[in-house]
Amino acid sequence: MFRRSCMALTVVFFLIGGAAIAADRVKIGFIATLSGPAAGLGEDMLEGFTLGMDHLNGKLGGLTVDLIIGDDQLKPDVGIQTAAKMIEKDNVDIITGIVFSNVMMAVAKPITDAGVLLISSNAGPSHLAGKGCLPNLFTVSWQNDQTHAAMGKAINDMGVKRLYLMAPNYQAGKDALAGAKSYFTGEIVGEVYTKINQPDYAAELAQMKNVNPDALFVFYPGGMGINFIKQYAQAGLKDQIPLYTTAFTTDQSSLVAMGDAALGIVNASFWSHDLDNPVNKQFVQDYKAKYRRMPSLFAAQAYDAALLIDSAIKQVGGNLADKDALRQAFKKADFNSVRGKFAFNNNHFPIQNFYTRKVVKLEDGTLTNTIEKTVFVDHADAYAGDCPME
Amino acid sequence: MDFTLFLIQVLNGIQFGLMLFLMSAGLTLVVGIMNFINLAHGSLYMVGAYLAAFLQQRTGSFFTAVVIALPLVVLLGFLLETTLLKRFYKRDHLDQVLATFAMILFFNELIRIVFGSAAYFMDVPVILSRTLTLFPGIVYPMYRFVIIIAGLLVAGGLYYLISKTRLGMLIRAGAEDRETVNALGVNINLLYMFVFGIGAGLAGLSGIIAGPLLSVQVGMGESILIIAFVVIVIGGIGSVKGAFVAALMTGIADTFGRILLPPALASMLIYILMATILAIRPKGLFSINA
Repeated sequence: MFRRSCMALTVVFFLIGGAAIAADRVKIGFIATLSGPAAGLGEDMLEGFTLGMDHLNGKLGGLTVDLIIGDDQLKPDVGIQTAAKMIEKDNVDIITGIVFSNVMMAVAKPITDAGVLLISSNAGPSHLAGKGCLPNLFTVSWQNDQTHAAMGKAINDMGVKRLYLMAPNYQAGKDALAGAKSYFTGEIVGEVYTKINQPDYAAELAQMKNVNPDALFVFYPGGMGINFIKQYAQAGLKDQIPLYTTAFTTDQSSLVAMGDAALGIVNASFWSHDLDNPVNKQFVQDYKAKYRRMPSLFAAQAYDAALLIDSAIKQVGGNLADKDALRQAFKKADFNSVRGKFAFNNNHFPIQNFYTRKVVKLEDGTLTNTIEKTVFVDHADAYAGDCPME
Repeated sequence: MDFTLFLIQVLNGIQFGLMLFLMSAGLTLVVGIMNFINLAHGSLYMVGAYLAAFLQQRTGSFFTAVVIALPLVVLLGFLLETTLLKRFYKRDHLDQVLATFAMILFFNELIRIVFGSAAYFMDVPVILSRTLTLFPGIVYPMYRFVIIIAGLLVAGGLYYLISKTRLGMLIRAGAEDRETVNALGVNINLLYMFVFGIGAGLAGLSGIIAGPLLSVQVGMGESILIIAFVVIVIGGIGSVKGAFVAALMTGIADTFGRILLPPALASMLIYILMATILAIRPKGLFSINA
């Protein structure tokens, strides 16, 4: 009898405690690739997001954050399982992260159908920007094609007439070359798709040199980029055929592994560490102090995601139950981004500037990118028109 | 394709083939002589690359790094063999796969803990980063040429070891009939330790040589492990001569496949090659085991 009433009291206390906790905390799930060769990107993003929370005193929108971290291992099915656990067991209010488009394509609908808001801080596949756009999905980074389109436009403006294209043979590679071609009006003298994670490009480089284009545009993220750039430089091609690419190839963490082979390579991006606004300056300075290296664009995007979530929760006064109001608050995107200006388009993808940057060596020997010029101002992606949302 | 381009692509094929030979020669010895499926071969490749990259950054010299890193990898091979892997020689192949697969996971995480997840920097030494003009119109990167020389030297060294020394005789005999060699009073455990050490050394050497050209990162061993198995199966398990021929064939076929065929077909080519050869000669080109 005594045991029973004790048990009953315990249960009551837990319920009261539980209800009290729910009022001033927010549960956020962070899903990224945190193992395997691509783990560096996920870790960068987590660091950027954590720094954002640090700048807001560990709270987003005034609510204390319970951050639940999950590793999708670059596998769509593991991503779905991780998201399901976060939604059903951990009762998260918001999920953010998602590095790779294949994982995003698998988890986007299950997460948003469950009424949870998904804030992508990297992957931006074209389907989810166009016909497949989702009201509960907000992509704070970019749409996959945009950065490549910016480089294509810059190449066209330079007066290049004969362009050679190379990318790995998967969806992101095809999107990249499609984006690059969209603003280029000259002649495409070669379009080569290589095997994913192919280690050696000697044969393709010899073939390209034989065609002798005016310029070469490539999309090779991660390890593939490190291999390609090193081999391209060793073949003596840097002085002969100029190489243009996007930020994903010459990302900060890849630059460390490429060394001087990467010097002088022009690449397009939506952000650079030297963007001149107070938020960015603070972000770069504190990231360097805390993690003792330069931030990559992945960290910058995740930092913006934290600021965006903070602004939205603040706008609804911490009331996470009203999903419509929360969605409106996210749409407004009333926060100061490291990019300066930021706004969402009707498909919940950003409208933002794009720049060309060049790889340079700082005084302390670090390789990084610095901005050359602006290519696009307030650029919207090409798929927004297909999205039925307002 | 004009003649100059054709020659350059042949050179590329040979260079890729010789790099494959370096990666697979050690594996064919271990799998053939010791009948031991060693998936940790890729991990030794990775450890070799990381050690050399680390030492190169510390000492500033590529050659010092090679000289120190290589014996360290051989030592690691000996250590693995005596503490763990020798218990699995008599076990089923599947048990060996499980054990050495666990080694892959272990080494991947160990490297991640020590060096981090981001790719590690390793560069071609400055004196080797020029281009050579072999003939007028044929400009070839110096480092790739060095790889060709290194591969031929290793091939020559292995040929001498296997056909002209007593150890080589024991290796050939052990590949053909393990039990009889044991019955004839040869210390088979010592022989196995040596063979595993040679295998580890070759894996580490191929990692050290490939490091400046390819990215040094966690998991780099897995991608070459599969190709190495394809090569040794085509060449005949246990035969270094077979590995040499098969590696060159694979290198040239893969290189020309990437140029001449559509991308999907090109990536399948070496497996189609393997299937075709196995259909004609089920034990590979130069199989030893009866």
